[in-house]
Formats: sequence, C-alpha cells, structure tokens
Amino acid sequence: MTGNREKPALAMNGLQVEQFRFFGRGPYNFAVPAGSIFGLSGSSGSGKTLLLRALSDLDPNEGRVTLNGVCSSELPASEWRRKVAWLPAESLWWHDRVGAHFWQIPPLQWFNALGFAEEVVNWEISRLSTGEKQRLAILRLLQHRPSALLLDEPTASLDKGNIVAVENFLTTYLKENNGLAIWVSHDSEQLERVGACHYAMLLGGEMRKLR
Amino acid sequence: MNVIPLGLFELSLASLLVLLLAWLSFKHRLEIERPLLIAALRTTVQLSLIGLVLNAVFTIVNFWLVLLIWALMLAAAGYEVMSRQKVKVKGPARFMIGASSMMLSSFSIMVLILALVIKVEPWYSPRYAIPILGMLLGNTMNGVALAMNTFSTLAWNRRAVIEQRLALGQPSGEAIEDIWRESVRTGLIPIINSMAAAGLVSLPGMMTGQILAGNTATDAVRYQILIMFMISSGTGFGVILSLWLMRRRMFDTRDRLRMRDSFHVG
Repeated sequence: MTGNREKPALAMNGLQVEQFRFFGRGPYNFAVPAGSIFGLSGSSGSGKTLLLRALSDLDPNEGRVTLNGVCSSELPASEWRRKVAWLPAESLWWHDRVGAHFWQIPPLQWFNALGFAEEVVNWEISRLSTGEKQRLAILRLLQHRPSALLLDEPTASLDKGNIVAVENFLTTYLKENNGLAIWVSHDSEQLERVGACHYAMLLGGEMRKLR
Repeated sequence: MNVIPLGLFELSLASLLVLLLAWLSFKHRLEIERPLLIAALRTTVQLSLIGLVLNAVFTIVNFWLVLLIWALMLAAAGYEVMSRQKVKVKGPARFMIGASSMMLSSFSIMVLILALVIKVEPWYSPRYAIPILGMLLGNTMNGVALAMNTFSTLAWNRRAVIEQRLALGQPSGEAIEDIWRESVRTGLIPIINSMAAAGLVSLPGMMTGQILAGNTATDAVRYQILIMFMISSGTGFGVILSLWLMRRRMFDTRDRLRMRDSFHVG
C-alpha cells in the first residue's frame, strides 16, 4: 500500500495501521473502517494503552498509520491528535474551572445527553466527582470533532445510568460524523451493545479476534 | 579619587567583631562558630589572592589574559547553575544550556556597554571589563539558575498534565505555556524587586563603593542606573534563552514529551 498518495481513489475511509511498531512491540497490521468500532480487551499490562498512545503519536513509533488516506507524518503532530483523539483512562484538568478547558463551548444537547446543564462550565474542577470529570473529559475531547476516537475504558468510573448515556452519546456522535473508534473495555457486553467487533490483546501484545 | 587607605591594623579591628560573634556562638552552643570562622578565613584568602591577580591584570592590559579570566568566570557560573538543578538534563547539555545562554546574554551586553556606552579604550580594558562582567554574570547566574530549576521541576511534576494537553491537540509551546510563564517570572522577580527598591531601601553595592571612593553621588547614580539596566536585561535574555534551549530538549520534533529520556531527578 505504498501508492496511497498517488492513487487516492484506492484509499480506504477509516484508520489503517501497517507495520506499526512502538517500544519493541508489533508489528501491528489492522484496519478500522469509518463508521465502525474496534473493541479491544485484555489484561492490564498487555499494552492496550501504549497502543492508543502510539496511534495518536504521543510515543515514538514506526510504520504507517493513515486516517481517510492521510498519513500521520503528513500532518503536524497537534493536528493529527485532534483527528485521532486519545481519551485517557483518568482525565487531568489544569485550570480552576471547567469552561477554561474549552475553546468552543459544545452544543447544549451534548451537555444534556451526558446529564449536565450548561452552567457546568462555571463549575470548579475541585468540586467535580470522578464520574463527572470523566463525562466532561469526553466532551472536552470532542471539541475538535475528531474522526477517530481512541477510548481507554471510557466508562470505567461511571455508574450504570451514566454508562448507558455515554455509550449512546458516543455511538450517536460516531454515526453523525461517520467516525470510528477503538474502544478498550473489560466488559464484552458493552462492546456488544455498541456494536463493536471484539479483539483481545494477549500479554505479549498479540491481538486475537474473539468475535 | 582619594580613598582613605585601610591599614592591616584597622582590618584586624573589624575582625574582632567576627571573633566576638564566634565566641557568642560557642558560649551558647549555636554551633555556627566553625563555619563562620572558616568562611571569614576563606573570604580573606580568596579576596587577597584575586586582588593580586587583578593588580597584575590591570597593569598588563592583555586581551588574551582578559579573555581567559572571562572564560574562567563563565565556567564557574555555568557550574553553579548546573549544581543548583534538582531535575537535571542528561548529558553535556546539563552544563551547556546554562553556560551558553549566560555567555550569549552577558557577553554581548558587556561588549555593547563597554564599546558604545562607556566607550573605554581599549574596549576590553580590564579595569572595566572584569568587574562589569562579574556583576552581570552574578545576577544572570541567579536568575538563570532559578528559572531553569523552576522550569524543569514543574515540567517534571506536571508531565502527565502536559501530555493530556498534547493529546487534546495543543502544540508543545501551548501545552507548557503556564509553566514557561511561571519560570520566566521566577527568574526575573529578584532583579525587578531590587530595581524597584533601589535608592529607597538599599544603596546598591557598586554605587556605595563609588561614593566611598570619593566620586560625586551624581556620577555614582548614573553608573548604578546603567548597571541596573544591564543586569535586568542580561538576566531576562539569559533566562529566556536558557528556558528555550531546555524546552527543545523536553519535546521531540513530533511534539512528544520526552521528560523521561532527557531528564533525571537528583
């Protein structure tokens, strides 16, 4: 697939990972078509987070990752990360208030879908619960309308009602934007609910298809 | 320019004060008499020796000799900056970042002042060039050491936050901008404060010296203002340059945070 740039008509829509290596792992070769979700599970320490970090180019890596035919090396790193956006398992906040972390306030229905009123932008970070931080981190991540989401256990810190809300919100977002996601979860029922294929990452870093 | 000369007898009178303090410390078991006496002795020996050296240098007026002394001063300042870092850059850059930024800022400002403002002949005339670089380096060194230490320590402690900002698509400069700003401020606050307090609270050392040496207060004030402008700008340029060099080692060309590869603690 070296002729991608010359023959853009052949370029597949979605995320394509070829001969991808990082920290002595890999090579990984897989593709996630636009509009689909790639479910990934596996015991801790198998390197799921490392894979997501490397895909958003936060760690040194070799090989080739393309999104809708555009290779990561063709874009400035910051622009790539806005399109291929990583949601870490634990979100960190650096300003005093929620609103300061947003450069454009998301649409009202986004807040509502995750159980917030618009006043949430005036809330102090120190008074947020872990679950509230996680749901707000999702809104923060979607500001730049990424087309590929790298979700690291997005619902691990949430209660049941909010888990469903987040699942519905994310699948709706992906549908409306023809986006794709790599969704790391320990909950195979969740992966089924969001309509993902299911791969497991083994301890050596090898990926095996489960469903 | 007629200073009342200080004799050895007058100096030993003054040393009685230090001895009195040492006796007080001994009597009350403050355990500070030993370091106090050693430091007093070091001051006497070191300053007497440098006095001999400077006397020789002032009469010889040789460019290469002046250059050698500048280089020694710079190396000492670079070493001092390096040893004040808690989170250290790996490799030779640990010394070079501080030393090169101090050299660029202090040397260029010194040359500018000597050649264009004071207009000494020759411009490297050691009677001016050595004390002026000394004053510049002393202040720049403090500012650069403070700023670099703040920058690397904060970046190390907040590296997870910096990474999340990068992950949200911020370029490296934006992801570290609050730490950058805080470090520049930390480096510059002491000199800004001393400019603000000059004349009200303190008479700066150089001015005091000139007045003691019999110069008119007006002359002394002009020189002091010149020195204040020099050291504040020298410190500022040195601080910004050193932090810029340090930031280049924190990120790679793809804006990835490389703290663990380029820095270590202790």
